[in-house]
Amino acid sequence: MADQDRRTLLAGALLGAGVAASVVDLAVFHLLLHWHHFYDLSTTGVALASDGLFHAFDWFTTVGSLFLLADLRRRGTVAWGRWTGGLLAGLGAFQLFDGVVLHKVLRIHQIRYDVDLLVYDATWIGTAVLALAAGLLLLRRARPARPRR
Amino acid sequence: MTPHHGATGWDLFEGTVLVLLLLGAAGYATGLWAARHRGPWPPHRTVLWHAGLLCAAAALAGPLAEAARTGFTAHMAGHLLLGMAAPLLLVLAAPVTLALRALPAARARTVSRLLRTPPVRALTHPVVAGLLNAGGLWLLYTTGLYGRMHESVGVHAAVHAHVLLAGYVFTAAVVGVDPDPHRGSFPLRAAVLVGFLAAHSALAKHLYGHPPEGVGTSDARVGAQLMYYGGDVVDVALIVALFAQWYVSGRPRTRVVRSTA
Repeated sequence: MADQDRRTLLAGALLGAGVAASVVDLAVFHLLLHWHHFYDLSTTGVALASDGLFHAFDWFTTVGSLFLLADLRRRGTVAWGRWTGGLLAGLGAFQLFDGVVLHKVLRIHQIRYDVDLLVYDATWIGTAVLALAAGLLLLRRARPARPRR
Repeated sequence: MTPHHGATGWDLFEGTVLVLLLLGAAGYATGLWAARHRGPWPPHRTVLWHAGLLCAAAALAGPLAEAARTGFTAHMAGHLLLGMAAPLLLVLAAPVTLALRALPAARARTVSRLLRTPPVRALTHPVVAGLLNAGGLWLLYTTGLYGRMHESVGVHAAVHAHVLLAGYVFTAAVVGVDPDPHRGSFPLRAAVLVGFLAAHSALAKHLYGHPPEGVGTSDARVGAQLMYYGGDVVDVALIVALFAQWYVSGRPRTRVVRSTA
């Protein structure tokens, strides 16, 4: 069913993006490593508002995508390959967006402060591209054969 | 910032709060008694109601409330309890549903007519409720209101009543389980919730750099982070409640959806 497949991809991709934005960012970079700052004192009002909106969306998509997955499961079997592909692609796409647009173009915040950023940025963007590529590859391989129902 | 308070005013405030909260507990118990022949009432709702009253009590009276008059971090802990945790617990306890079950039919009809009147309808619209709740917070922390609240018992009482009531109306409009004749659509309630969450976390970060007058830097920073992460905990609970309702209402149509009343 095309609709079921579309929703499976969506559930995976939203969870990937949501986890990258909320859990990875919050747990790893803010609370564990203390690399990210809670608040740059230079942050402008616009940046503050967009940051708040982003933050709200993170949690909303993380929770919502899990309920979407639960809804898919009660309606039939879930194509886990497609879901995992969506998850990796969503995670990679978000990290890529975060690493290129937010860090480098808009310069909202950096990965770490008072260090040479090149290695950090290269690692960040490199892993993002890898995750995105792995996700897209998995999506190709797990493409539904023929609609069975 | 803290001139000598007349003790009597604050004692009167705490006493009034405790009487009101005890009345809330007694009212719920009376409702349960009056509706005892109307079929079983989910026990978790009774637990939620009393947990909500306890949160409000902790924020308004006793050691935390005392500390909140001089410390920003303690104030913020109280704010999270009174404006976010207590409303969520009280809303999920479905007090209006209980009242409708407990009251005689004619009185219950009056209550449900009241819920349909234009002022109630306007006030409980998700957008209005969200603006009242978030707007009140911005006013409190970015104007001189925060300082005045600690100097006058009257202002203190008015601000805290607003925080609890606006929190309740907002929570009811977004994830309420009581009958709501004009409940907003799922996308509208979701958008309002995301908007409120954004405003709350943006305000927390703003306060980190720009605390209310008279608040020390380190106290402000700890308090702002408490507001941000503590707010997240309740906000995620709100999001889960919203999606849980979506999940239940969207179950595949194999049987008739049970009324929650």
